[in-house]
Amino acid sequence: MTNHWVDIKNTDLVLIMGGNAAEAHPCGFKWVTEAKAHRKARLIVVDPRFTRSAAVSDFYAPIRAGSDIAFLGGIINYLLSNDRIHHEYVKNYTDFSFLVNEAYTFEKGLFSGYNAEKRNYDKSTWGYQIGEDGFAKTDPTLQDPRCVYQLMKAHYSRYTPDMVSTICGTPKEAFLKVCEMIAETSASNKTMTIMYALGWTQHSQGSQMIRTGAMVQLLLGNIGVAGGGMNALRGHSNIQGLTDLGLLSNLLPGYMTLPGEKEQDYQAYIDKRAFKPLRPGQLSYWSNYGKFFVSTMKAWYGDAAAADNNWCYDWLPKLDKTYDILQVFENMNNGMMNGYVCQGFNPLASAPCKVKVSGALAKLKYLVTIDPLATETAEFWQNHGEYNDVDPAKIQTEVFRLPSTCFAEEDGSLVNSGRWLQWHWKGAEPPGDALSDQEIMAGIFLRIRELYKKDGGTFPDPILNLSWKHRRPDFPSPEELAKEFSGKALKDVTDPKDPTKVLVKAGEQINGFAELRDDGSTACGCWIFAGAWSEKGNLMARRDNADPFGIGQTLNWAFAWPANRRILYNRASCDPAGKPYDATRKLIAWDAGTGKWSGSDIPDFKPDSAPEEGMSPFIMNPEGVARFFAVDKMNDGPFPEHYEPFESPLVSNPMFPDNPVARACPAARVFKGDWESFGKPDKFPFVATTYRLTEHFHFWTKHVKSSAIIQPEQFVEIGEDLAKEKAIKSGDHVRVKSKRGFIVAVAVVTRRLMTLTVGGKKTYTVGIPIHWGFTGVAKNGYLTNTLTPFVGDANTQTPEFKAFLVDVEKV
Amino acid sequence: MQVTRRQFFRICAAGVGSSSLAALGFAPGEALAQVRAFKLARATETRNTCPYCSVGCGVLLYSLGDKSKNAHTEIIHIEGDPDHPVNRGTLCPKGAGLLDFVHSPNRLQTPEYRAPGGKEWTRISWDEALDRIAKLMKDDRDKNFVATNQDGATVNRWTTTGFLAASASSNETGYLTHKVVRSLGMLAFDNQARV
Repeated sequence: MTNHWVDIKNTDLVLIMGGNAAEAHPCGFKWVTEAKAHRKARLIVVDPRFTRSAAVSDFYAPIRAGSDIAFLGGIINYLLSNDRIHHEYVKNYTDFSFLVNEAYTFEKGLFSGYNAEKRNYDKSTWGYQIGEDGFAKTDPTLQDPRCVYQLMKAHYSRYTPDMVSTICGTPKEAFLKVCEMIAETSASNKTMTIMYALGWTQHSQGSQMIRTGAMVQLLLGNIGVAGGGMNALRGHSNIQGLTDLGLLSNLLPGYMTLPGEKEQDYQAYIDKRAFKPLRPGQLSYWSNYGKFFVSTMKAWYGDAAAADNNWCYDWLPKLDKTYDILQVFENMNNGMMNGYVCQGFNPLASAPCKVKVSGALAKLKYLVTIDPLATETAEFWQNHGEYNDVDPAKIQTEVFRLPSTCFAEEDGSLVNSGRWLQWHWKGAEPPGDALSDQEIMAGIFLRIRELYKKDGGTFPDPILNLSWKHRRPDFPSPEELAKEFSGKALKDVTDPKDPTKVLVKAGEQINGFAELRDDGSTACGCWIFAGAWSEKGNLMARRDNADPFGIGQTLNWAFAWPANRRILYNRASCDPAGKPYDATRKLIAWDAGTGKWSGSDIPDFKPDSAPEEGMSPFIMNPEGVARFFAVDKMNDGPFPEHYEPFESPLVSNPMFPDNPVARACPAARVFKGDWESFGKPDKFPFVATTYRLTEHFHFWTKHVKSSAIIQPEQFVEIGEDLAKEKAIKSGDHVRVKSKRGFIVAVAVVTRRLMTLTVGGKKTYTVGIPIHWGFTGVAKNGYLTNTLTPFVGDANTQTPEFKAFLVDVEKV
Repeated sequence: MQVTRRQFFRICAAGVGSSSLAALGFAPGEALAQVRAFKLARATETRNTCPYCSVGCGVLLYSLGDKSKNAHTEIIHIEGDPDHPVNRGTLCPKGAGLLDFVHSPNRLQTPEYRAPGGKEWTRISWDEALDRIAKLMKDDRDKNFVATNQDGATVNRWTTTGFLAASASSNETGYLTHKVVRSLGMLAFDNQARV
């Protein structure tokens, strides 16, 4: 979230799209209720189902699963062609005036640089025109046909209300009503928040759906303000934290990135990421990349990381490609992997295309699972009848199942969606012989290290030198680890303006990332968490819920990254002169008297940069402004474009009916052999989408008695028209099948799933809750990923769980 | 002394048994038969957060046992934390049922092992499990570690064993896991943020 849960109360309008907060984030949704009750805020829900969020909305518009870019692109077109945008904001705080490379084009659904064979783009034309001074060229009059504003206007002019209705199945009047309500928030004293979740993420073009939402918010001036923002409602209690800590194939902590194998030169690696400002007077905060990187390497490798070995740069593994979970299961299925460790992760249930995942696991030499609960993955080799019909004798994988603690049996911090690091305390001992994850990781690592010490082996250096300074090496404590990622000074850190002034003494915890250095004098495991545990103590454990400004900021409750800042980009809540656009929702303002920015939040800005210096609010971007034109940051285009889901009821993309390459996302990766596993509408005519229920959480709560009592048995939701056509009554058992397999479940016939007219054809949606499996105290059921396709988003490789094709029959 | 029902509960909650209070004459005007000390009054209260979705609701764990050396702690009740600025004491149906997660019959108790081709789990000790896992990992790493690629560039990667981390584990676990995984040279590494 750019903002946070309580801040939702400050909004005028809530758009829930690609999410269903009332059911999936119920206690966060209460802040929508608060805004409705106390600010007369209104709620719009756009969703394929009439969800419980929709049930309490002021306006609901149905949409076909997977068509969100068409809908949002239509909103952009409406705002631009009706001139309902925040002029001062977009002119000063976005790339509206930036001139784009003359060679950039968009034709027949493809951006310039497409390579059909490799299914990717050469992105060299996706950039700005650069002047002789090294800065990007701009046209403040916005008249140049190559400026971002003009290009964007032309790009989205195709997204007419009729086209939106054709693609999305949303009635035209409903779409226009949504546009009109949203357009009202272009006023300086009105704002909208967008709340989305996996309904946007889990598509072959999920990243671009989210970008389109962000573009709408930028046009309206709704980013950086109280009650506004792009608010990702993350799925798990610490999925934000694990992302922040970089536990993904290609990341390092704090959104740093691992080097590719061509990046052999350390300084070139740093320089490429330490962006120089692209406009005069801009901060470009990533120019400090070297400080963050060196400090992480000092935290990991201690004294072994030194200037003369480039802080152990060579020890980091170098990528030849991203080994995301889909790539890993592809490799495993091809016999290219021997071992896999699943720590609190149940991929048999949560990765797409169960038959492929199951077959891949069976090719492993060894599998280790670490979990508080008995997962399906740990028992993939065991025959569970119709739900897991395998022959154990044929599966040669050695499997370990290790019991770990749960939340109630450990100390530690989790990061919620609002970026709050909240500390929690242990309430009891775990059952049986279960151990904490830290003890298990230490147990494995110290044994491997001992083997390398004793027997030698391949490249033991990073293993032997990994910093492991714990009172109990077999149990690195949460306190020690939190202090390590928060960071400390190894030598005295002095003020660059006054070297006689010591900011932090050697051995002390640092106060924040501004104190990090690239000369080895600081160690910090995750720069964006810096200061979470300072000399003042554990700030994540703070429990002062005082709200002195009355807008829900509670700056002394826990710790928010970065720098305890609660609302990102908050400089943009003020006009260029530093005055809040809306004084009733003031976050920060320029105080000429003190020469500082201050207010109810920590300024997301250089704290002493006066407005007349012309520094722009988006300090993480080298441009200083927010981007509509993504330059080369996305794999599938600098402007989001609608493509059909890989499995779609339409045989062509209504935008480009004559270009089959532009039917589904041209830059999404599809593995050899998986094309054949995609179904076509002739045999699988219905759109299917998966989701969660209020009463269950993924595949855990089927192990929980109270949840199993209130939602005991697997079901699917079917609209009344489809039910009638297939003679299905509520309570009947139905078989839902995709090209990859089938599930059997109880049918719930409901008006919540409406029949839509898409591309002139009646289109039915089948709703599939995800929560059942073959272990648990609830009634056993089918893993719903039996049905889903093995294809992911072109940027993140997040699987397309939200839009695929099925057929339904009564059993 | 006149004691209202509410005051009476407050006195009881302060730790004095109700019967002895009654014996001293501090009795409310109403009947006492239904009154017994609240179970939670003698429980230990621990502050925690809900492990399910990302709202991060504050919860209070109530456990029996005062955390003294030989006392066995057992969580007997979990409820929303009224001081928490986001959930203000409320919980959803999942959060309200957290006690049944903690005490689920499917909580794993001991390390277990399934041999190649085997039909059953067998119980093993932590040392047996971890020794064997460490050996399997080291053997695979020694055999398949790639120090340089075909162009002679230093790549120091190990891609034949992968690791999935848990997005419900703490930052402290996540940080430690990342450090260990990268030191081994692993690239096949993700958490649930990917799916």
